[in-house]
Amino acid sequence: MDKKHYFEPEDLKKFGNIGEWQKPMADKFFDYYGEVFKEGALTEREKALIALAVAHTVQCPYCIDAYTSGCLEKGADEEQMMEAVHVAAAIRAGSSLVYSTQMMNHAKGIVM
Amino acid sequence: MGIHQKTKSLTSRHSALADTFFQLKVLNGNALTDKHFPLFSKKIKEAGFSDGVLKPTRIEIFQLNIGKLCNQTCAHCHVDAGPDKKEENMGRESLEKCLEILAAHDIMTVDITGGAPEMNPHFRWFVVECRKLGKKVMVRCNLTIIVSNKKFHDLPVFFAEHQVEVVSSLPHYSAHRTDAQRGDGVFDDSIKAMQMLNAVGYGKENSDLKLNLVYNPTGTFLPGNQASLESEFKRQLKRKFDIDFNSLYAITNMPISRFLDYMLENGQYETYMQTLLDAFNPSAVAGVMCRNTISVGWDGYLYDCDFNQMLDLKVTSKGTHINDFDLSALESRDIVLNQHCYGCTAGAGSSCGGQVA
Ligand code: SF4
Ligand code: SF4
Repeated sequence: MDKKHYFEPEDLKKFGNIGEWQKPMADKFFDYYGEVFKEGALTEREKALIALAVAHTVQCPYCIDAYTSGCLEKGADEEQMMEAVHVAAAIRAGSSLVYSTQMMNHAKGIVM
Repeated sequence: MGIHQKTKSLTSRHSALADTFFQLKVLNGNALTDKHFPLFSKKIKEAGFSDGVLKPTRIEIFQLNIGKLCNQTCAHCHVDAGPDKKEENMGRESLEKCLEILAAHDIMTVDITGGAPEMNPHFRWFVVECRKLGKKVMVRCNLTIIVSNKKFHDLPVFFAEHQVEVVSSLPHYSAHRTDAQRGDGVFDDSIKAMQMLNAVGYGKENSDLKLNLVYNPTGTFLPGNQASLESEFKRQLKRKFDIDFNSLYAITNMPISRFLDYMLENGQYETYMQTLLDAFNPSAVAGVMCRNTISVGWDGYLYDCDFNQMLDLKVTSKGTHINDFDLSALESRDIVLNQHCYGCTAGAGSSCGGQVA
């Protein structure tokens, strides 16, 4: 194997092969996965947009590719997709910033 | 206002792809690429169609492409239509011949397409004659033609008067997505045209006047679930523009003509073909539209579908022209298949009426 990078786009297609080493768990996972992304109380498009946002948070290049296509397939446009990523980014930013209250509390306890 | 042309026709660009034989060479890995995909006929053989042969069920739809003249030049157009296509348009004599055929046979639906079929000077007369024969008439209207020129402003009224079903392309409810495929300004004009159609009763609840929209992906990806897309289109068009329509047909982009050119230019051809192949759905094969449709070209030749027409793949049966129309021979013919057929069997399948499986 002449593998040059940690992430190869081709590897995404091999995802299904994880069952080769542990089939019952893989089957359960893929069933569950399929069930989650079906149209339900949320539409397929809404779920794809959430997945795209989460993919940016976990910074998974496979998921980003897959759900960029997925969002477009489900009828989302660029503006909606970018807004979804901003939601992820805002939560990330906010979840760092909110800890500053701890910093402030601590600082207030030790400064004059 | 008006629209800006997205591109130019392959013929006016003197592209090698203007030659349909060259397109077939590409699709079979014998030009520009050496990528060979499994033969479509082999694939359907595996799916249970004996000897890889596909037969018609019964001809129910007479689809006429009455010309390549169009006010738009969309990036994905499988017809290679455009404002420069002044020659390839059906004349009165051929249209009269078609009426004779329709009068003599029990084919109940006439599906008129183009180009922008309304630009053919015989269009309105032909619609009226088809209606006199008691046929159901569908027009593939690109919407913008209605607002493009004063002489077309009364088309919604004309359609309504003759109970014509209107089938219109709107690849997206977002202006940016639509214009990226069809040309700047197309979205705004399409909205105006749909509002005019709604105003005369098209697409309204409890109205017999049907306005159906055609969605196709604005890039090299497959269409998603048709029902889900339809409900989102309905919600967004209602919310933003107070527009109503009946059904949304989700159609897959076919790897021919200008879409093929677009993919080759952008290095997307092989990936897209692989996407179609990976999504091959055996249960979509039985529903492909060539099984109940016959397609007539502007020059009177007969084809299995509008795509075969654009690849110049004529029917194989006796009587390949409207002048020797032979329904029973046509109904027992073998449909001409090639690699582009993968576009009809991917995912939930694709036809002029949307998904098939
Ligand atoms: S896709 Fe339709 S509207 Fe666009 S150029 Fe082709 S025929 Fe004209
Ligand atoms: S491209 Fe035409 S001939 Fe081929 S499957 Fe589709 S409708 Fe039939």
